[in-house]
Amino acid sequence: MQKFLFQGLLRRALTEPAPEPDAAAVAELGYTLGRTANRKLGRSLSIREVDAGSCNGCELEIHALNNAYYDMERFGLRFVASPRHADVLLVTGPVTKNMREALERTYNATPDPKWVVAVGDCAFNGGVFAESYACVGAVAEVIPVDLHIRGCPPDPVALLKGLIALVEGSER
Amino acid sequence: MDLLRKEALASPAVPACRPWPRMAVDQATWRATINQLAAGECDLLSLWSDGAQVHLAAFRPSDASVQILSLDCAGGSYPSVGRAHPSALRLERATFDLYGVVAEGSSDTRRWLDHGRWGVRRPGGAGEATAGAADPYTFLPVEGEGLHQIPVGPVHAGVIEPGHFRFTANGEVVVRLEERLGFVHKGVGQLMSGASIEGAAKLAGRVSGDSTVAYAIAFAQAVEAALEISAPPRAVYLRALMAELERLANHFGDIGAICNDASFALMQAQCALVREKILRASKACFGHRLMMDCVSPGGVAHDLSADKAACLGELLDWIRLMTPRLIALFGDTTSLQDRTVGTGILNTSLARQFGCGGVIGRASGREFDARKAIGYAPYPDLSFAVGGSRDGDVDARVWVRFDEVSASTELVTQILERMPHGPINVEFQARTGAVREGAALVEGFRGDIFAFLRIGEDGTIESCHLRDPSWFQWPLLEAAIKGNIVADFPLCNKSFNCSYSGHDL
Repeated sequence: MQKFLFQGLLRRALTEPAPEPDAAAVAELGYTLGRTANRKLGRSLSIREVDAGSCNGCELEIHALNNAYYDMERFGLRFVASPRHADVLLVTGPVTKNMREALERTYNATPDPKWVVAVGDCAFNGGVFAESYACVGAVAEVIPVDLHIRGCPPDPVALLKGLIALVEGSER
Repeated sequence: MDLLRKEALASPAVPACRPWPRMAVDQATWRATINQLAAGECDLLSLWSDGAQVHLAAFRPSDASVQILSLDCAGGSYPSVGRAHPSALRLERATFDLYGVVAEGSSDTRRWLDHGRWGVRRPGGAGEATAGAADPYTFLPVEGEGLHQIPVGPVHAGVIEPGHFRFTANGEVVVRLEERLGFVHKGVGQLMSGASIEGAAKLAGRVSGDSTVAYAIAFAQAVEAALEISAPPRAVYLRALMAELERLANHFGDIGAICNDASFALMQAQCALVREKILRASKACFGHRLMMDCVSPGGVAHDLSADKAACLGELLDWIRLMTPRLIALFGDTTSLQDRTVGTGILNTSLARQFGCGGVIGRASGREFDARKAIGYAPYPDLSFAVGGSRDGDVDARVWVRFDEVSASTELVTQILERMPHGPINVEFQARTGAVREGAALVEGFRGDIFAFLRIGEDGTIESCHLRDPSWFQWPLLEAAIKGNIVADFPLCNKSFNCSYSGHDL
């Protein structure tokens, strides 16, 4: 174990330079964030991830945000275990009918002010599952969405760009 | 077996299924097969329906053969397999939810995938509109002094898929865990019916995103078997390359995540680096980090250039350097071993009875690996050892993953060395004017994925059944956690790492 710990002290950080916030995402956010987030919450945003029917592909890439290359916490973004602690809900999947109520209840359990980020093509419009009897479709059909991050799945850089836009937006 | 062959000759014309024949059987043969399953003479591969018939696929280890049996269930019922062979129970419940066919004599007739919310009952069968209000669900009764229940989910604390766990605990000790799944049911079977082969392939690649390559290979192999075509040798090698990269990335991810659930974050940090490097190499070689849509019926979507193959060589060298260090880190950290050794033991007899595949089965003494047992190309040409243990605890499941990491590293090396040249796709005509059927059994990182499909005269998919390895692993988690403390559940659960999406379909 000492070897790994020494390496950690001596080696240059693997973390990549921060990507620019996604211009399209900033535009989509518009005034939804306003000054509220910064005034009330400071720069940090706590994120609660909700899988509302995803194939697990989006979750894998969201997980990657925590690895040393992307190191999401340096932007003041962190995952929390309860919606009660969250400012942001990160929702994936074509919202299956079996998950609809759980998503609504998670949303209602999240205190205001709160923002919803829909991650992935399924969360945008149901993706390849849009026509199914078992799916509602877009997350926006169930709860209000502030930002979409497209992709199947979006890679960690795309996720970071969207989330940084969320943080930056909160400072305007 | 002879009985089955005679039955097949006498039965009315069944569309040819390849590479394994499908036989229409009568109730007597169906019941005889149930007895064989219950006696452990063969392993259940899957049980599914198309409304008119109920199908059963079984693997016979003695001669490594696969049998697919079909029983007419137009009357709306068939003799339950689950009654004598419990691994079929949840498959029967799901079959009832989707098609309304009843497993006669089953000991568990509760709905499984259908939570009452679809607005329709039996979506694959007659289909009856409902209001879409939630059904009540009765959990199994637990009685005893001082017992309390802990409901968990469907929304979990981590970044993971949704499902419900109902724990009954006596103090800290779990006396019963009951799972309730189906929350991410997306109706993949119905979406595939009538879809083009390309459209269905896209869906197959999104049944479980972590196993997208394995699912795409299973689907492609079944299509190719049905149409009697074969992917070119180079494509077969490229598929195996992607499958092994997927296995490596997921095993490293799992090893890190298991240790993280024992609060050993250092391992998670190191393993996540390895995983990230593999995903980046996958993106560089095949254009997608998870390699979605990179395998298609008839071949593969992208060729591998020499310089990219060289990048993979560098990645392999680095993995060879890191693996022994990570093994030492895991094995030498006694406080971590304290959590993993003797925790969540799955015994061999249960693993065998349920036909439990993948790391979980192999860590509990069931050696099955579809790459060896079925021996689909190119694996018979490659040499590799399958990891194994009889301990059946969390620790064994980590060590078997390490074994498989080493095996897959060597496999990728061999694949790169022996990669044949030539085309990466074969042209094919899906519209053959005949109904054709194909099946496949492919080893994903979780275990064996079974695929069966029927292609109509017009070249579209009439029906497709995909069975995730998790069907035979989820029920065993309930057994493995028994007698452990509640706080060890995340550790046990992660060491299983079953799929929700692949199971709920």
